[in-house]
Amino acid sequence: MEHIELFFKSIFIDNMVFATFLGMCSYLAVSKKVSTAVGLGAAVIFVLAITVPLNWLLDQYVLQPGALVWLGDDYASYDLSFLSFIMFIATIATMVQLVEIVVEKFSPSLYNSLGIFLPLIAVNCAILGGSLFMQSREIATFGLALNYGISSGIGWFLAILAIAAIREKIRYSNVPPALRGLGITFIITGLMAIGFMSFGGMLTGGDEEVTEEKTAQVETVKKESEKELANNTTINE
Amino acid sequence: MSLLSKKDVALIKDPLADNNPITIQVLGICSALAITAELEASIVMAISVLFVLGVGNVVISLMRNIIPSKIRIIVQLIVVATLVIIVDLVLKAFAYELSKTLSVFVGLIITNCIIMGRFEAFALANDPWRSFLDGIGNSLGYGVILIIVGFFRELLGAGTLLGIPVLGDPIELTGLYQFGYENNGFMLLSPMALIVVGIIIWVQRSRNKALIED
Repeated sequence: MEHIELFFKSIFIDNMVFATFLGMCSYLAVSKKVSTAVGLGAAVIFVLAITVPLNWLLDQYVLQPGALVWLGDDYASYDLSFLSFIMFIATIATMVQLVEIVVEKFSPSLYNSLGIFLPLIAVNCAILGGSLFMQSREIATFGLALNYGISSGIGWFLAILAIAAIREKIRYSNVPPALRGLGITFIITGLMAIGFMSFGGMLTGGDEEVTEEKTAQVETVKKESEKELANNTTINE
Repeated sequence: MSLLSKKDVALIKDPLADNNPITIQVLGICSALAITAELEASIVMAISVLFVLGVGNVVISLMRNIIPSKIRIIVQLIVVATLVIIVDLVLKAFAYELSKTLSVFVGLIITNCIIMGRFEAFALANDPWRSFLDGIGNSLGYGVILIIVGFFRELLGAGTLLGIPVLGDPIELTGLYQFGYENNGFMLLSPMALIVVGIIIWVQRSRNKALIED
């Protein structure tokens, strides 16, 4: 149950692109054609599925306060959490290189289709963001971390696929000249994000408070603004 | 002989408008959108990026002749990550509440495309002083957009600026509110950031036709 909940939550409610704006740069740059968008999306799922669990292990056994206790009692008081940025990004950069080498060796066809996207992924904020959110949401087990990596990757994939399809079609529409290209893409993404907000009620139906508490730490900003909105609507009514 | 030659001035001025990192180069969008619900957070983010990009550009530029080109991405990431850790620790020490609001987005400065983009495109090929100016210019261009977006979202969404109410009190109905004005809470939600940036791009491109894409 926990797994299913996390799975749908990461795909729809906390969608990387629409809720947290992660990986926007490549999302905007590589969404001109559906085929390239699919390639990049697949690469992101792949890399997230590897780096998030790996960084979970790193976080659990090296970085957290007291995590080094398995080395002996002397190490129990160590807190290396300030190193997490540098450790995470180093893991990601090395993993991306490793994955590139392995994929090139064993599956040249996949390598050709992912092609140039793999090295770019090292600097995609969705990947580092996945690890950082995994850390700040305190995901409990290795299985959940793996699940989180894969499902947020799928969320990102869906988002870039959708925008690429829309951008292919919008070429035939009469957009005001100054909005063509980047401007209209921003506004469409905004509208899509509004649409995705409606998924917010999907899991909170029955036990609203419990879920609220869970997400509270990470989404203070979002929650505050939602409250604000709720207040406003009640005033209006 | 002034301190800044004409070229140097251009390095700072170009990114502010015609070569803006966000609206023209499309770099560093993630953070620009996610943290601009409040003006204060936008300003802090802009200052953090100014520090990281200014110092980072100088460091990379100083090392540009000794970095092997094959592993330069990892070297760049390590330099940025170190600078970002400094920013993060400073924020946690002096502005704890704010660092909670920014949450993971401080860490995401590491993968902010502006930083890697400027390292690759400029610092690896230019001397430290010019790289420094380029870093300052680009992060100012980034900061300007952040502050504009933050300004409008906070003003229209919450009726405050930097947390200070400027449009009167919505509960006691003073100021603008006595004429039936309502805060648009929707502005505080994340999708509006995208639409505000979209409108900025629209305004900028309709004023400068040369920037229009086909």
